[in-house]
Amino acid sequence: MHPALAVIFLTLFSGGGFGLMALVATVNDLQIDGGLNPLQTLVAVLLSLLLVTIGMLSSTAHLANPRNAWRAFTRWRTSWLAREGVVAVLFYPFAIAYLVWVHFTDAPTAPAGLALASLAGGLGLVTIFCQGMIYATLRTIRQWNTALVPVNFYAMGLASGATFLALIRMALGGKATFLAGLAMALIIAVAVLKGIYYFWIGRPSGPTIHTATGFNRSRVRLLDQGHTFGTFLTQEFGHRLPREQALGMKTVMYVLAVVIPLATLAVAVEDTSALAALVAAVSVISGIGVERWLFFVEAQHVVNLYHGRQRC
Amino acid sequence: MRLGLVIDLDTCVGCHACAVACKEWNTSGTTAPLTDYNPYGAEPSGVWFNRIRHYEIGEYPYNKTVNFPMSCMHCENAECVTVCPTGASYKRSEDGIVLVDQSKCMGCNYCSWACPYGARELDRVSGTMKKCTLCIDRIYDMEIPEEERQPACVLTCPAHARMFGDFDDQESAVSRAVRERGGYQLMPELNYDPSNHYLPPRVHAPIPVDSLRKKATAKLKEWVNRVVER
Repeated sequence: MHPALAVIFLTLFSGGGFGLMALVATVNDLQIDGGLNPLQTLVAVLLSLLLVTIGMLSSTAHLANPRNAWRAFTRWRTSWLAREGVVAVLFYPFAIAYLVWVHFTDAPTAPAGLALASLAGGLGLVTIFCQGMIYATLRTIRQWNTALVPVNFYAMGLASGATFLALIRMALGGKATFLAGLAMALIIAVAVLKGIYYFWIGRPSGPTIHTATGFNRSRVRLLDQGHTFGTFLTQEFGHRLPREQALGMKTVMYVLAVVIPLATLAVAVEDTSALAALVAAVSVISGIGVERWLFFVEAQHVVNLYHGRQRC
Repeated sequence: MRLGLVIDLDTCVGCHACAVACKEWNTSGTTAPLTDYNPYGAEPSGVWFNRIRHYEIGEYPYNKTVNFPMSCMHCENAECVTVCPTGASYKRSEDGIVLVDQSKCMGCNYCSWACPYGARELDRVSGTMKKCTLCIDRIYDMEIPEEERQPACVLTCPAHARMFGDFDDQESAVSRAVRERGGYQLMPELNYDPSNHYLPPRVHAPIPVDSLRKKATAKLKEWVNRVVER
């Protein structure tokens, strides 16, 4: 698949934003580590809204005809893309209401505020699920057609959200031992779940050039694809990554998304250093960015069987 | 009704006339235009509803070239319609034709991701998704003679390798052809249940060439050729 930055940024930033909101709600609901103070809550919700908005705006850059974007809210009965749009828009009023509530009452843990925060966080989690299902429902791309996709989206959204939350807590002068520990646990979950995913998609399965052409009992080879230059199909679906390069990128991804954040978060807790937490946050989001890029480049659409591939 | 095409891989000669006729008809049809990018340059590209690939089946000397035209299969389980967030893609209940409402499409490409057969292509100029309409503006046109109420690709095919008809009618030409010639669907394992079917090449007895007695004139010709070569 063509790794379009607009689509990568959508799930990368909005996933982190939704994860952050869900964790703000959880931490304040359950008074984890004493809950967040009003300022920390304000900054966290603001950052969540900012990230979600960056994601949403960048997704419209992917549209060839954005004039009709408003119609994308109409087919929520069948389309996960429409559902994602509807739930993501529903997220805004609750998150903004909570922001306003905290700003004027300074009581982020009052029941009414918590109700708003929980609704916003819940809708954020539902949106992450919808985003995962956009990819997971496609039977045409076996690397996406697995339940591990929404699972991974959850793990990464929550891990980056938790890192942001730990950063905010430390930057605004609080102890964040528990929050940093939570972030580290989620980052380890990311490492494990992504490992399972890579193991899963590494096994050959799905359609081959034989089932694509119906010639099942002999060798099939493409002689000519019928056009001299690329088409929409080769430009959109033709991307692939050599194995060594993929391995290199995966190493970079694991270093950025797992190793550096774990190390810097440990340092941040030890030295109560907000700078180390900032490094962790930047590293984790760039690592997940690399992961999302790989997610697209490694996805092999079955239409490639009509352009010369033996299997996808 | 379940309208669709039958492609005869035995007789298709790979001339691309179907693709050209399609482009000619549809570039002024309901989803017009079919934009070309850089048509006279070094890297010509553009929107086509019909693409023909060429495959080699088997290994020499038992190999065979098979020409493989593909267009929208008008699937029963059209995932392209299911995933469309705007409602621009739809499948007509009366005849099963899958269409894109150009006035509703936002150009998100999602339907093309859902299509295994590469039937959908984005027009970068209009910003909308375009695809085979089964020449819906021909097949229902009461102004033209009945025998011409067929898709442009079917009418133009010089090898009669394309048939158009109703698969719900068990006695239609397409249903009979599929039944009698072992017509099949592409990538059935994905369960899209495409309407278009492909007829496999017929199996012919090999023509013996080595054991044939050669005519005297042929022998003479061979001898002359050898002498002249020296």
